[in-house]
Parts: sequence; structure tokens; C-alpha cells
Amino acid sequence: MFSEQFNHPLIQKTVSQSLLVSKDAVEQCIRKSTFSSQDLPYLLSPHAESSLEILAKKSLALTRQRFGNTMQLFIPMYLSNECFNTCTYCGFSLEYKYKRKTLTKAEIKHEASLLAKKGFKHILLLTGESPKHVSTPYLKEAISIITPYFSSIGIEVQPLEQSDYQTLIQAGADKLTLYQETYHKESYLKYHTYGLKRNFNNRLDAVEKGAKAGFYNINIGSLLGLYDWRYEAFAMAEHLDYLTKKYWKAKYSISFPRIQEMIGTFHEPYPISDKHLTQLIIAFRLAYPDLGITLSTREPKSLRDNLAPLGITTMSAESSTSPAGYSAGNYEEQFQTNDNRSLDSIISMLKSKNLDPVIKDWDMSLMPN
Amino acid sequence: MDELTIGKKPFSSRLLLGTGKFSSPKHMEDAIIKSESEIITVAVRRIDFNQENDPFTQIITPDKFTFLPNTSGARTASEAVRCAEIARTLSGNDFVKLEVTPEQNHLMPDPIETLEAAKQLVRLGFHVLPYIHADPILAKKLEDIGCAAVMPLGSPIGSNQGIQTELFIKLIIEQATVPVIIDAGLGSPSHASKAMECGADAVLVNTAIATAQNPAAMAEAFKLATIAGRNAYLAGLAPEKETAEASSPLTGFLH
Repeated sequence: MFSEQFNHPLIQKTVSQSLLVSKDAVEQCIRKSTFSSQDLPYLLSPHAESSLEILAKKSLALTRQRFGNTMQLFIPMYLSNECFNTCTYCGFSLEYKYKRKTLTKAEIKHEASLLAKKGFKHILLLTGESPKHVSTPYLKEAISIITPYFSSIGIEVQPLEQSDYQTLIQAGADKLTLYQETYHKESYLKYHTYGLKRNFNNRLDAVEKGAKAGFYNINIGSLLGLYDWRYEAFAMAEHLDYLTKKYWKAKYSISFPRIQEMIGTFHEPYPISDKHLTQLIIAFRLAYPDLGITLSTREPKSLRDNLAPLGITTMSAESSTSPAGYSAGNYEEQFQTNDNRSLDSIISMLKSKNLDPVIKDWDMSLMPN
Repeated sequence: MDELTIGKKPFSSRLLLGTGKFSSPKHMEDAIIKSESEIITVAVRRIDFNQENDPFTQIITPDKFTFLPNTSGARTASEAVRCAEIARTLSGNDFVKLEVTPEQNHLMPDPIETLEAAKQLVRLGFHVLPYIHADPILAKKLEDIGCAAVMPLGSPIGSNQGIQTELFIKLIIEQATVPVIIDAGLGSPSHASKAMECGADAVLVNTAIATAQNPAAMAEAFKLATIAGRNAYLAGLAPEKETAEASSPLTGFLH
């Protein structure tokens, strides 16, 4: 499994290399017409910052060539805010004593029908991590309930076993999203102070279990702000290279979520600037021409509008991060979103940038029974 | 009349158009019109069957075009067969462009699953147009089991790299008794001309047109290039030579 070969000193070494590469070496790299993950230390280096405009042009051109003038849209739907972990940066963390909520079958159906009416076809189901309240049978049922409304269903839930993932795929899920939060183990243990989530390796290997189970779409990521962003980037690249070679049938995507405000106070120790986030998106696009890159409503409107053409392939819209958030349920959210525009207004924005909003690009009915 | 016949249906255009990657349905429609293509392919997974105003089904109407559904996204034979069956209920014709691509970065076609799916689809009465690597043996096998055409790739989908598989494409063309349609990698009109000059029966283009600054104008350029290449092929191209050759023979004095 990936945890057995995850090489922390090597990643640390790559970070140092990236910080120390010469301006000449970076300029030489930038002149290339195609890139690979071997180029990431140059593309993510401090010297590359001054060439961001040139790289952005290449990133835009490559994205259009590989993905066309399109943008896939999706909506997240929270099923629950129950959680039996203490994660110091998260609004669902166990120590916050507000009333927790897990949607009933009727509520799931109601929420799903509302989102389908808005026009969404691709949905991502999210939960806290509470295996007791949100178990595999619960998730299976939730997926079955919403299947008639959507053509693609993703899940972002606690790490599961391969057999659980198989159950959920059979029920109709086609996409697995699971963020490592931070790939830096020492920091990981510092932020995850209590609960099953403390097991770093279990999380690290869960994506692979999903790949083995047969998920067609897999989205990894780390929560930026918890540790040095370059370390996270090189670790994600390692993870991606490992998965791509071993589980070559899955389509991979990556996200670069930044920590947002939530109910408690959390002092972000490693904030990442807009400029570095942009550099990260561009570098991954150039190194991985066919990688899906997701940009959520965590980011503010103007930044989303500007980043949309530069490498992004998938965006969310109208997102709420609390259970029953679309039915005006008054339950605690996981974090605050920063772009609250409607689906229609996101569609208009994309059209103004000559991008065709893609609502539907999959169909569960295409899967043989 | 120089016609292309696929599944017993005659076509006068030898340029097939793909519909992904356009920046809007309007750009797609304009490109389709300017290309004068008669066969338009659409990914079944993109079509919203429940929506009456789905742009694909609205623009590509059966009175004007042959709607060629493709199984893009299918990773196994069984998925492709299911996709084709769903597509047939929608398109109302028996044509299907068979794509089985288990690998998601370069979308290389799986020869084993493609052959298996083609067998099943032919049995189910489809006119099957399989997307394949430029593999002459696979092309013959697909022809043997009753495929209506074969669609070898010039280079990876969306790569715009032209015909990197020329030698093998020529072998396929030389041996084929069904139309050979060059499917992927044609990045500029000259690539389309080249394919047609080699004796291909038709070409399919998507990315190069959809992502051009002016898709409609590029569609027209591809139309003209396809015609030019076809005419050159029919006119009988003078063979290429490694060295210069004097127009008057050098040893004429011996005769």
C-alpha cells in the first residue's frame, strides 16, 4: 500500500531542491513545450513566480486542448454533521456542543429533489466522520434514494474498507473524494487529537482501497494552511504518480482547498497566498495535462472567476456545507463558503469566458447491472 | 459520384465531426453547418435524455444529419454494449461509434474489449464503427465480424499531432474492404489532407475545430482540406522519391 512507500525525507528533500533551484534552471524548464511531474520542483520554485504569466498562458492553452472549452459543474450535499473526531480546524469537530443532525430518508429525498430542480446532475455527498450514525448501510441507502435524481454521484466520507466502497459503487456511486488533510504526519497528529481519524496511514491508504474497489473517478487533495504548501504539493504528486501507475483505469482529479472560517477559532499556521495557489494550479496542470482540477466555493467569487480558465476543470456552485442546508435547515456548517452565487449566475460567468458549462457528463444508467 | 457508403447508407461528405469541447452549443452548430458534415458524433453520456431542449438532440436532427452516438466513457465491452443500446433508442438509427478506453489519460482504445463489444453489437444489428489503434490485424478481424467501418487513430485523441501511425494506417487501407476513417489526432487541415491522400475514406475531427479561435472557419478549412486530399488521391498522386530524378532518362542513349 502507499503508506509503506510514502517517503517523508524524500519529499522534504524535494521541497529543499525546489527552494534552491537556480533562476537559469527554472527559465530553461519554462521554455519546454511539455512538462512532467519531474518538472514540479522548478514550476513550484520561488523563481518560477516571476514567470507566472508565461506559465499561465501555457496552462490555459493546455487545458483547452485537453478538456476543450468546458467546465463541469457539481453541487455538494451534506448528509450529516455528526463527527467522533477532534480536528482542530473543522467546524464538525467533536468538542463543539451544538445539536448534531443526520438527515432522515425523507429529508435526503427532499434535499435531493430541490437540487435536481435547480438543474444539477452531478452531486457530491458529504458527511462528518461518525461510523455509528453514518455507516456504510446508511450511505448505501442515501445513494439509492438520490439515484433517480442525478447522473453522477460522488462521496466524501470517512475512510472505508474496499468491501464498503464496493457496496457503494454497486449502489450507484462513481466518484470518490478523500483529502489527506495534510501529508505531513507530524502535523497530522497535531491537528487530529482524538478519534479514528488520528490514524494517518489508514487515511493515506483508503483512496487506494477505493481504487481497488473500482471507483472510476478519484479526487485527492490536502487542506492547504495546515503545513507548508510545497510539501503538500510534492506529496500529492507522489500519491498521484503511485495511483496512476498502479490503478490506471481511474480518472484522477485534485483539489487545493484552503482552510476557511468555522464555528471555532483556528489560527492557520501556514497560510497560502492567492499567488501561490495560482502557481500550484498552473504547475499541476502543466505536469499532469489530463488531471481534473476542482475549485470549490471556499474561494471568493473574483478569484474563482480569474482561476476558472487557467487549469480548472470542475467547479461547485450554490454550495451549503451544513446538512439540510438547501431546505433552510438551521444546522451547523463545516466551514463558510465565499462564493454564494446561484447556478445560473455561475453559468453566465462561464459563458462570458467562452466556457461551456457542462451539467451532465456521465450516466449511471450506462453501467451494466 | 464519389460517395462514401457506411452501413449501406451513402454520404457525400467525408468529414465526420465530433461535438465535445465546444465553448457553446451555438459554436458547435455553426461549425457543423460550415463543415457540411453529414455524420455527427455525440457522447451518449453527455446527453440529457430527460431534457427536451438538450442541445445535442435539438441541433443534430435526423432530417439533416446522421446522428452517430459514441460510447465514450465505456471502459469494458459490457459498458459499451449497454451504452450503444441506450443510444439506439434515442438516435433511432443503428449506427454506433464504438469506443472502449479503460485508460483515462491518453484514451487508448482497448483492442480486446473493443473486439468483444463489436461482436455483440453486430449480433444485435448495429452498424459498428470501432475506434482502434492503427493495428492492421485488429482492423481485419473487426471487418471479418461485420463492422461497418474501422476508425484507426492518427495519434492520441486531442493531441493535434497528426498522423504518427502512417505506415500502419497505409497497411490498413491497403487491406480494407470497409471504409477506413482516420479518427484521432488530426490537428490541422493539412493532417486531414494527408489522411485522405493516403487513401483514407474519411476523417473525423473534433478538438482541432472545437478549440480553434473561430470554430466555424476552421470547420470550413477542414472541409476543403478533406475534399482536396480526396481529389488528390483520386487523381493519382505521383509517387514520392528518395532522390531527385531527371525528367529525361540518363541512359536513353543505350536504346
